[in-house]
Amino acid sequence: MGRYVLRRLLQLVPVFVGTTFLIYWLVWSLPGDRFAGKCGEKPCDPTYIAKMTEKFNLDDPLVLQYLKYLGKLLTGDFGENSSEVAIGSLINEAYPNTLRLALVALLIEAVIGLAAGILSGLRGRGFVDSLTLVSTLFLISLPVFVTGFALQILLGYELQWITPTVTDSPAPWGQLIAPGFVLGSLSMAYVARLTRTSIAENRRADYVRTAIAKGQPPRRVVGVHLLRNSAIPVVTYLGTDLGALMGGAIVTEGIFDIKGIGFLVYDGILGKDGATVTGVVSLLVVVYLLANLLVDLLYAVLDPRIRYD
Amino acid sequence: MRRPRWIAVSVLPVALALTIAGCGASGDSGGDAGSGSVDPNGALSAFDTEPQHPLVPGNTVETGGGKVVRALFTGLTRYDPLTAESTNAVADKIETTDSKVYTITLKHGWKFHDGTEVKAKNFVDAWNYTAYSPNGQLAASFFEQVQGYEDVHTSDPDGKDGPQQAPTPVAKEMSGLKVLDDYSFQVTLSSPFSVFAIKLGYSAFFPLPDSFFADPKAFESKPIGNGPFSFVSRKPGTEIKLTRFDGYSGQDKPKFKDLTFKMFQTNEAAYTAVVSGSLDFLDKIPPTGIAGGQYKKDLDKRNGSLPYMGNQALMFPLYDPTYQNVDLRKAISMAINRDEIVNKIFEGTRVAADGWVNPAVPGYAKGQCGEICTFNPAKAKESLDKSGYHGPITLIANADGGHKEWMTAACNSIKNTLGLDCTYQPIPTFGETRTLIDDRKMTGLFRASWIADYPSIENFLSQLYRTNASSNDSTYSSPKFDGLMDQADAAPTVEQANKLYQQAEQVLRDDLPTIPLWNETAQFGWSQRLGDVRLNTQKELDLTTVTVKKK
Repeated sequence: MGRYVLRRLLQLVPVFVGTTFLIYWLVWSLPGDRFAGKCGEKPCDPTYIAKMTEKFNLDDPLVLQYLKYLGKLLTGDFGENSSEVAIGSLINEAYPNTLRLALVALLIEAVIGLAAGILSGLRGRGFVDSLTLVSTLFLISLPVFVTGFALQILLGYELQWITPTVTDSPAPWGQLIAPGFVLGSLSMAYVARLTRTSIAENRRADYVRTAIAKGQPPRRVVGVHLLRNSAIPVVTYLGTDLGALMGGAIVTEGIFDIKGIGFLVYDGILGKDGATVTGVVSLLVVVYLLANLLVDLLYAVLDPRIRYD
Repeated sequence: MRRPRWIAVSVLPVALALTIAGCGASGDSGGDAGSGSVDPNGALSAFDTEPQHPLVPGNTVETGGGKVVRALFTGLTRYDPLTAESTNAVADKIETTDSKVYTITLKHGWKFHDGTEVKAKNFVDAWNYTAYSPNGQLAASFFEQVQGYEDVHTSDPDGKDGPQQAPTPVAKEMSGLKVLDDYSFQVTLSSPFSVFAIKLGYSAFFPLPDSFFADPKAFESKPIGNGPFSFVSRKPGTEIKLTRFDGYSGQDKPKFKDLTFKMFQTNEAAYTAVVSGSLDFLDKIPPTGIAGGQYKKDLDKRNGSLPYMGNQALMFPLYDPTYQNVDLRKAISMAINRDEIVNKIFEGTRVAADGWVNPAVPGYAKGQCGEICTFNPAKAKESLDKSGYHGPITLIANADGGHKEWMTAACNSIKNTLGLDCTYQPIPTFGETRTLIDDRKMTGLFRASWIADYPSIENFLSQLYRTNASSNDSTYSSPKFDGLMDQADAAPTVEQANKLYQQAEQVLRDDLPTIPLWNETAQFGWSQRLGDVRLNTQKELDLTTVTVKKK
């Protein structure tokens, strides 16, 4: 087990270098002058351009620029963005918001999604099953911004149960419930459907029949044998989804004005701020890889047949 | 058509809204719309965009940082919030006899937030720092009229792509700046410039405390100014907190205590926040709020609309042979139905232009463009026939700025009037558009919008139309225009100068390097907690009059 984890951690290194380089190169090759639009409606003063070019090593070849950046990154220095604000402090400010939002979303999608999936999977064809299928289909077909604006208008203005926009940073947990639901709604629908299928399939599996035949109480058959085996695809999905929730919350963050990293990346891309984008994305890559590792380790816990040595 | 109910609900008193929403816990967003008693220690939050550069006056040329810097600092002069006239602030007297040598005397007793006194050398040192090219300050060019500027400010001889580096300047200080004593200094310009004193209220001319020169980096993280507000804290991308500076010497002391600039991810989110009461002031209503006059319903009795010193024009790429025919240029101008576009596309939130200068600015003269800027299909056709042009017309704008609607409308107006084929060509980003303009590669009329840095007719003409001026994107060049501008610069008084600037403006009517379209107005809104809200001529909340109601 230890060797497996070590091997997986070592695999992180090339993946990390590869992705950060790719991002750095992509942002670097965006069309247009990176100083355009930075000085209002007129071209930037040449002396300012000279100063910034030197500061960000813009005259160096791409690979050298990247290596200089990576060198600083390894010492924990994310550098500065084009407004000369330390990116570390930007991430520090934005990360708690996104993390909180992602956790709320994950919690909502896991609890509601799993509950709906288990219920409909166990009952089989019937009212609960149809309700789950129809309501999840409804959620899947709605784009996030529709759900977002609809909830903001309905709950924020019409019923006045929530504040329409998040007022503070780090965001108060209570104000994140509606945005978390919006962000998690799509995945929630998938989790419910995945769980439902998985349960319905495993309900007829040999080991379940054996357990019932041995006279075990239904609670134990479902709770231990059936759920544990059915959870594998769902856990895989939730694990990868955590990464997606953190990086892909731009729309939700925009609607509810949550100062998270989704917007930081978006703004960085628009402003051709290579350092910001690469910094945040490297962090996301680490989160993704670690979440995946965790999922793989969970397999072994869930399914004793899986061994890692 | 019946209005959706949430609009009606959204204008309920904030107090009620917050009680139902149950979100008044943070305390700073409660309000009592009924009683109007003023809280002299109230807190106010205002919308801002993230500053693009460190909060140093000489390095701040955009609105996001400008708002903060103007709250932190007070210059020699300030602009009247209503008339935009320049009045003395830190300066006691600004004297000149020949528009070339200015003697500036300071008032005694002005203090920086760190307790040190504002002295003549704080201005001179700050100006020298900004102008010195190795410091790379964005506002350096504001000092180009000062004698000795070219000794401290050198540029790259072969452009930024060339191998050569800019030479190190021969001097560190401009020879035209001389400290006479602690409270007076002399500014000598390289040639007379009659409206120089009007420029002095702009943020590039603010003083800097001694501590800045000791450690600029530390200053950037905690700016120290001499203005009505002092710096408290900053969360990048989220908020900047300021508080009233009790040692402030100006007449215009603020009537509330804490000022927070809040950043929002989208203009729409900020609008939602001001409607629901969690933001106190928004100086830019988004298009969704403007459409159908929605903001007037959502923000009943707490919205305003005011012209400001900005205008929009279509610029000709005069380096393109197609547009070198002045009759064609006039034909296009007379073919655009400005009033119709203003009413149909902008819901009346623009004012059709009658010249190159904004009416909100001192020195403006009425009707400078005359019939050339008036929709007149018959004359337009006549002018087109004279030019003998039959080809297509292209209008170009960046697609990320919401210009599609009016560009298309202008195109249709040209097409219908002149019978020429007109297409609107969007370019994805503002950055790419700027690159094409800077490289002189535009192939059609492009959008040119201008917001004045300081309120003077000169600011609308000099930088845009003088030969080789910094924002002369059309490459217009006229000896007659340049000559009149030079004469105006050398005039002994501002009044005489303005007359000459107006004559120069008339040259533009004959040459038509750009087509004036309309002047901008700003739509703004505020929460129930504020009183006496007004926008100043710089398109910012007037911090001197606004009051906050007691909770």
